[in-house]
Amino acid sequence: MSETTLGTASPQPAGPAEPALGVPDPLDEAAVGNAVNAALAAFAAAGNLDQLKAARIAHTGEKSPLSLANREIGKLAKQDKAAAGKIIGPARGRLNQALAARTEELEAARDAQILVEEAVDVTAAPRRRRAGARHPLSTLQERVGDIFVGMGWEIAEGPELESEWFNFDALNFKPDHPAREMQDTFFVEPPQAHLLLRTHTSPVQVRSMLERDLPVYVLCPGKVFRTDELDATHTPVFHQFEGLAIDKGLSMADLRGTLEHFARQMFGAEASIRLRPNYFPFTEPSAELDIWHPGAKGGPQWIEWGGCGMVHPNVLRAAGIDPEVYSGFAFGMGIERTLMFRNEVSDMHDMIEGDVRFSEHFGMEI
Amino acid sequence: MRIPLSWLREYAQVPADATAEDVMAELVKVGLEEEDVHRPLDELSGPIVVGQVLSAVKEPQSNGKTINWCQVRVVPEGQEQTLAGDGIDPSGVQGIVCGAHNFEPGDKVVVTLPGAVLPGDFRITPRQTYGHLSAGMIASVRELGIGDDHDGILVLGRLGLDPEIGADALELLGLYDEAAEINVTPDRSYCFSIRGVAREYAHATGTKFTDPADGVVVAAVPEGAAGEGYPVKIEDSAPIYGKPGCDRFVARTVRGVDPTRPTPPWMASRLRLAGMRSISLVVDISNYVMLELGQPLHFYDQDKLQGPIVVRRANPGETLKTLDDKVRTLDAEDLLITDDSGAIGIAGVMGGAATEVSDSTVNVLIEAAHFEEVGIARSRRRHKLPSEASKRFERGVDWQVADEAAQRAVDLLTELAGGTADAAATDVGTAPEPVVIELPAGFAAERIGIEFTEEQIVGSLEDLGAGVGKHEGSYTVTVPSWRQDLTIKEDLTEEIARLVGYDKIPATLPVAPPGRGLTRVQQQRRGVLQALADAGLVEVLSYPFVTKADNDTFGVAEAGAGRSAVKLANPLSDEHGYLRTSVLPGLLETARRNHSRGFRDLALYEAGLVFLPDGQLGTSELPPLGELPPEEVLDQLYDGLPAQPLHLAAVFTGHDSPAGAGHTPRPWDWADALDGARLVADVLGVELVVSQGAHQAFHPGRTAALSLRSGQLVGYAGELHPKLLSSRDLSARTVAFELDADALFDAAADVVVAKHISTYPLATQDVALVVDEAVTAGQVLEALREGAGELLEDIALFDVYSGSGIEEGRKSLAFGLRFRANDRTLTAEEASEARAAAVALAAERFGAVQR
Repeated sequence: MSETTLGTASPQPAGPAEPALGVPDPLDEAAVGNAVNAALAAFAAAGNLDQLKAARIAHTGEKSPLSLANREIGKLAKQDKAAAGKIIGPARGRLNQALAARTEELEAARDAQILVEEAVDVTAAPRRRRAGARHPLSTLQERVGDIFVGMGWEIAEGPELESEWFNFDALNFKPDHPAREMQDTFFVEPPQAHLLLRTHTSPVQVRSMLERDLPVYVLCPGKVFRTDELDATHTPVFHQFEGLAIDKGLSMADLRGTLEHFARQMFGAEASIRLRPNYFPFTEPSAELDIWHPGAKGGPQWIEWGGCGMVHPNVLRAAGIDPEVYSGFAFGMGIERTLMFRNEVSDMHDMIEGDVRFSEHFGMEI
Repeated sequence: MRIPLSWLREYAQVPADATAEDVMAELVKVGLEEEDVHRPLDELSGPIVVGQVLSAVKEPQSNGKTINWCQVRVVPEGQEQTLAGDGIDPSGVQGIVCGAHNFEPGDKVVVTLPGAVLPGDFRITPRQTYGHLSAGMIASVRELGIGDDHDGILVLGRLGLDPEIGADALELLGLYDEAAEINVTPDRSYCFSIRGVAREYAHATGTKFTDPADGVVVAAVPEGAAGEGYPVKIEDSAPIYGKPGCDRFVARTVRGVDPTRPTPPWMASRLRLAGMRSISLVVDISNYVMLELGQPLHFYDQDKLQGPIVVRRANPGETLKTLDDKVRTLDAEDLLITDDSGAIGIAGVMGGAATEVSDSTVNVLIEAAHFEEVGIARSRRRHKLPSEASKRFERGVDWQVADEAAQRAVDLLTELAGGTADAAATDVGTAPEPVVIELPAGFAAERIGIEFTEEQIVGSLEDLGAGVGKHEGSYTVTVPSWRQDLTIKEDLTEEIARLVGYDKIPATLPVAPPGRGLTRVQQQRRGVLQALADAGLVEVLSYPFVTKADNDTFGVAEAGAGRSAVKLANPLSDEHGYLRTSVLPGLLETARRNHSRGFRDLALYEAGLVFLPDGQLGTSELPPLGELPPEEVLDQLYDGLPAQPLHLAAVFTGHDSPAGAGHTPRPWDWADALDGARLVADVLGVELVVSQGAHQAFHPGRTAALSLRSGQLVGYAGELHPKLLSSRDLSARTVAFELDADALFDAAADVVVAKHISTYPLATQDVALVVDEAVTAGQVLEALREGAGELLEDIALFDVYSGSGIEEGRKSLAFGLRFRANDRTLTAEEASEARAAAVALAAERFGAVQR
């Protein structure tokens, strides 16, 4: 590749100068014209800047015929000086002009040549920086949060290691009722300390009711724990988001409307929801929530999404709220499950093993 | 709960062509979720017919076995074989090799003819074996998939059957039936019975329900005879929550039961489809009645009972050998069935071995009792004895159905087992007061959002079996005895909505009051997590379960000092039995997993809570449910939780980028870890003070302790200890940082105050200082910054040199200083003065000498 860089003159020495022509008589217009023609021919013939430089020195340099002829003018008789000047001056002007034009031409050609020579194979480019990635469970959790924040709700959070009271009793799980065992709970030592890893994010709902002024509209996303062994569809550590609204006069129709709005944000305008009777200790009435997923793998279908219902009066009482004045609704869905059917993740292992290929595929998107 | 359709059809109007799937599709509408289908014909197909063994010739084999070469008639004599196909003998008599010996010529058996398929995709074809062409098989119950017995073939006469030759054996054995399996939520115990599910099926379809309990006629006990039933006393000295452990005990006696009688195939088939094994006719009857009516029964061999039955709590140290032949030490809270010999059963959970019915029992005492839920649940858990009985009792059983269930058992024992019932009956206990709920007229409409008509409200409740009275503005609803789950008006509201249909609920969108958006901490967290991803790191989420060694290594800086950590009472793996005190162990495990999958250049990060117990853990008492605890009790609940700060950690291993043409990737080093931590601090606008640190998980010479300006330690960054890396199968020079993110969030300014931007010219000065090796660049920089004063805009280390020209044990540090004033152009003298002041302080503190 050429060492020459754009726009700079060639450092190479000039080539051998052309043999000097005879010095024309400054008053001999034809002779001067011949010299000019010879110079113009030499400039035109120069194929590169080096040759042009040699031609320039030969035809416009100090020892060039025209320079020498110009010098001769001084020796002329006074009356001839002006006439000679009128012959030599324009001739030199023409040459300079021609020289500049040719220089520009050759420089452009040289520059173009350098650019051609500098061409690279862009497909061979190395990756110098890695793109990082958020975990899709985090991204989805934030996406869900944004939808509710957009509705004026707030995001509430709480501890993962929780008192049994917040996780069960305050949520109307009777101490010996089988419902308490349905949620396979991690307890910690010593058992009489009544601490556990929360089995749902519902304790945050109780905390929200205790800590906030009414009305309450909160979304509680977070990590939850059940003693399930990891397999393709279960994991002992997973994520939920639960919603809670406590206000005067809230009904199950409000619950449905909220869920429908949310479902459409997540799954498109074609999405809708279906409620089926179910049982949860903390809601009455309770419902199972199915979503009509228009983009489901294998065609539009109903998919079981989560649980919901009207907050049980005992739950309101535990938070010091009068159930005769206020009512509320609550709902909860799994983030892993949502990711599974929304983004077609077929194996839970992919979500929890931290294989970089899983997150990198999503980038910052979901 | 599995519901055989033939059984359901007796009490609900299930269309003849309805499948288990059809039935489940109806039941799900009223809240009974579909689980599975059990259909023998999915695995079984004919021709499978009744055959009669005409002859069986014993042929000893060289392998020591003796086989029977049988001629079996599968078409009645004189009729033609209508089946055709490979191996079907037109004569109607099949030659079959049979290895079993529990039959003789004349016995009627089940013949699977060529073309039949048995469970396990076992295809019957004619085959050459033991020197004969065996065209079919004489089946055992196990081969048919209807039992475990494989000791011999099924001889129909022993089931009390004498069907016609050639009859469809699938029909005979009830194999055309199928069962719908539904999930019953814990509140709806009445659905653990055909009775309950049939009622729900009627609700779902709007068809007629026939109560099986109505079909049972409880014999009127002759006047004065009640006292002659088996003597039973209820003596509960320690009721739980004030409720007596037993409030009804019905006992009936059936004598002269023939223990050799087989269970009829229709009953065995229903039990099997319902998921229960057929054991003996007497035991099967008790299970059958339980499945039908939901009332668990216990049968005693009355001849083994000694004296009157007393229901009481256990005495200290009392033991009982239960049906499963295990001796159990009883708890004073266990409710027992006892006789003069002591305990003969844990009430509602499991009977005792000594009094159980056996194949020699002829006189049966039937127990149909009603036990209190909590006591049963506790005994079941205490003795780890989940049973069909305890499952129902702890969820609640219909008090009213006990005598009907006992009568149904009496009827079946009489009819099928040849017994004779005593006229006298025992029925002691006190009926609970019926539950009555006031339902304000508009309540359900307001709560559901449907304008229910009075007809819908009253009709729904009456369909449930409730009594409904209408008063001024409200309904008085008497709850049916089998619905213990209905106690408040909200419960009734659900029932009304459920029966009218949840699909009728409209959608309205409530408007929340104007919100505040994300909290500051939520925004800070997002900002930090996003910045790390933007910087090329990959976020992962690992489990918080770690080993004790993990916590002792990562959770505390000094080696040997054990980390106090939260221990799980029931971990999935004993090894990973603790909650993490550091995010790094999980992150390193994730890195190792990626390594093992061929990804050796990694930059991973994770944010997660860590659990730092300190002081009081939890509370010994929990406040009751359904009421607001007093403030001091709530405070105790809050205070009993260990600190759970959010930690943020990252691991860098291998290289910063993939190798490429003309690109040599740079190996990650300790400075990258530090840089990552600083990035986090920069995003938050928090100043991180870096000093030489020591942490047992890190390289002793390449660890930075990270603090706030206040001096609070917030984390570490640097190269991980080489030994730790090799023991965890990670690349050498793997680096990491971990930060207490909550502490950083907290340290960030509430409001960032803008800095004045001076446009006066910059004056730069360089300085090289020689200090002892032990002095850190950070210390010198700090001294220079302090000494230079407020004209100093910025300072950066640009060279570290030791060697020729510098004395042994010393090093030269070169700094570039940038000076600028807010209000004027600095003169060279001013800049030099500031520089001199900076050098003077460094000289004073560290003996720094200008080079």
